Amino acid sequence: MPDPRPLTYRAAVLEALFGEMRLDNSVILMGEDIGAAGGVFKQTEGLFAEFGGDRVIDTPISESGAFGIAVGAAMTGQRPVFEVMFGDFITLIMDQLVNQAAKIHYMSAGQFNVPLVVRTAVGVGGNLGPQHSQSLHAWPVHIPGLKVVMPSTPADAKGLMAAAIRDNSPVIFFEDRMLYNLRDAVPDGDFVVPIGSAEVKRAGYDVTVIATGRMVHVAMAAADLLAKEEISAEVVDPRSLVPLDLDTLVASVKKTARAVVVDGGYRQYGVTGELAASVAEHAFDWLDAPVLRMGGADVPIPFSKTLEPLVLPDAQRLARDAAALVRGQR
Amino acid sequence: MQLIRAFEEQVRNLSSGGAVPGLVHLCAGQEAVAVGICSLLGLDDMIASNHRGHGHCLAKGADVARLMAEILGRRIGYSLGRGGSLHIFDAANGNLGTTGIVGGGIPLAAGAALSAKRRGCRQVAVAFFGDGALNQGLLFEVMNMAAIWRLPALFVCENNGFGEFTAIEDVTAGPDPIARGRAFGIPSETVDGMDVLAVRAAALPALERARDGGGPGFLICNTYRYGGHHVGDKQDYKDDADAKAWHLKDPIERLGRRLLDSGLASAAAIATLKREIDEELRTAVELAKAAPAPAANDLGVHLYA
Repeated sequence: MPDPRPLTYRAAVLEALFGEMRLDNSVILMGEDIGAAGGVFKQTEGLFAEFGGDRVIDTPISESGAFGIAVGAAMTGQRPVFEVMFGDFITLIMDQLVNQAAKIHYMSAGQFNVPLVVRTAVGVGGNLGPQHSQSLHAWPVHIPGLKVVMPSTPADAKGLMAAAIRDNSPVIFFEDRMLYNLRDAVPDGDFVVPIGSAEVKRAGYDVTVIATGRMVHVAMAAADLLAKEEISAEVVDPRSLVPLDLDTLVASVKKTARAVVVDGGYRQYGVTGELAASVAEHAFDWLDAPVLRMGGADVPIPFSKTLEPLVLPDAQRLARDAAALVRGQR
Repeated sequence: MQLIRAFEEQVRNLSSGGAVPGLVHLCAGQEAVAVGICSLLGLDDMIASNHRGHGHCLAKGADVARLMAEILGRRIGYSLGRGGSLHIFDAANGNLGTTGIVGGGIPLAAGAALSAKRRGCRQVAVAFFGDGALNQGLLFEVMNMAAIWRLPALFVCENNGFGEFTAIEDVTAGPDPIARGRAFGIPSETVDGMDVLAVRAAALPALERARDGGGPGFLICNTYRYGGHHVGDKQDYKDDADAKAWHLKDPIERLGRRLLDSGLASAAAIATLKREIDEELRTAVELAKAAPAPAANDLGVHLYA
């Protein structure tokens, strides 16, 4: 494996884009303000200078039409990385995503592939309010034919972006914008994290915390708090929601006999429900307690400085509830 | 055109007899548009069709038996008999698919045009859609991008007067929808869609301009749907005198008369051609009807590439 060095999450994704675009001339980028402007989060900085407007394509603010064009381009030899500026705006591409991109390989009996990536910035924070803060990854995971990944670390972000671009199916890449400045070791050079592989981010034996995206860091902080109470938490990051590496999740739960699932999307009918049910189905006889779920509050996300911090699970709440689970108090 | 007409007649009979699962939308009466345009396209040019798309598929070269088999839900069909009439893809002939979403094929064609432009070749992509799609916002988003990026695309509206069961006048603002293309600076023309030679004459310069890097074109081909929205539609909303007037402009009859008048073909030659088409179709239908349905293990195949 190439030597790792510290890199921000933002720079890690960018490194994957540079790498893949240099490797493969059919990789193109499409999105709003991604060209000369370098992206609203500086997440595409430098790409336009190296690859030009032929491959780094600024679209009008027409998400539905532009994404449909990306689907047609993907069917005919291109590998588009389509950027949806805020995760909330995936609602605008849903028809093309659900009724076309997800189904064309199946409907054409394999005559056409749709090798494209949708990358989108999600997450609560920065007082951006109800229409710029949502994590809607529970929408595409419901649709057969789509793959959905949600990297939590800079290394996973680089490796999963490379894997997503090389994949011949549509992949939705959810990146939490509050992680953009997170700095951590990232392997240099060609580096791929296989889609559909979970990772144990911290080993433990009293309780398994299954956490997605930014919630992995909340879970790690909660594990530190639990350690002070002599409770050993194992943190497992699915990294890919579809396909899901259920084996790794179930193996961990069978070992610890307790599970908490934490996700940053809305809790109602959400990712926590699917993960908790899947784990319970496959590890029921090993469980010493019900599977606990923690998700985002089921409200439009307020921009208020006092209310916004109440929306997502935090390390204290997670540690408290996990400790109660371990002590048989739930 | 005769093959499309005869094919649609076969589908209508099969559907009325209960042999076709689900709904089928026939294009009898509209043949001149598909044939006029596709006769100017090469194998590597692309089309995106719509829900009334059998004619586009055939005009672009689809295998008659495989097309019929797909409509009948048979495993030798273009989607293993899993897609049906509304979801027919034919990559070998440059067909990006029929679609169940009104306007859904429009951005796919534009995307194929973007690919062609990147490759620097002279390929074009054509989007066929009905007048119903004239009121989809998607069309205008895509027209705008095709125009600013000068994509080698041709937008072809088959205006048959009805979006599903509703007359175009009842749901479409403005004196003339052709203005909707011109608003983007796209050369736009209204054509007699019941005259295959008129369609060709209008499409030829638009396609050449697109191939030469001159950007997209927009045609509205005025035509008529002989049948209803789908087989079984009682068509109470149609006016008899209106329908009669349109039938007098029948594209196949008109071309036949022109061929006879100009001496390019004899009545006997036309009759022979019709017989040959009927024979080809009969063989294809028998082949399709005899083919097996998909097997249970085809359910999950091709979910991911």
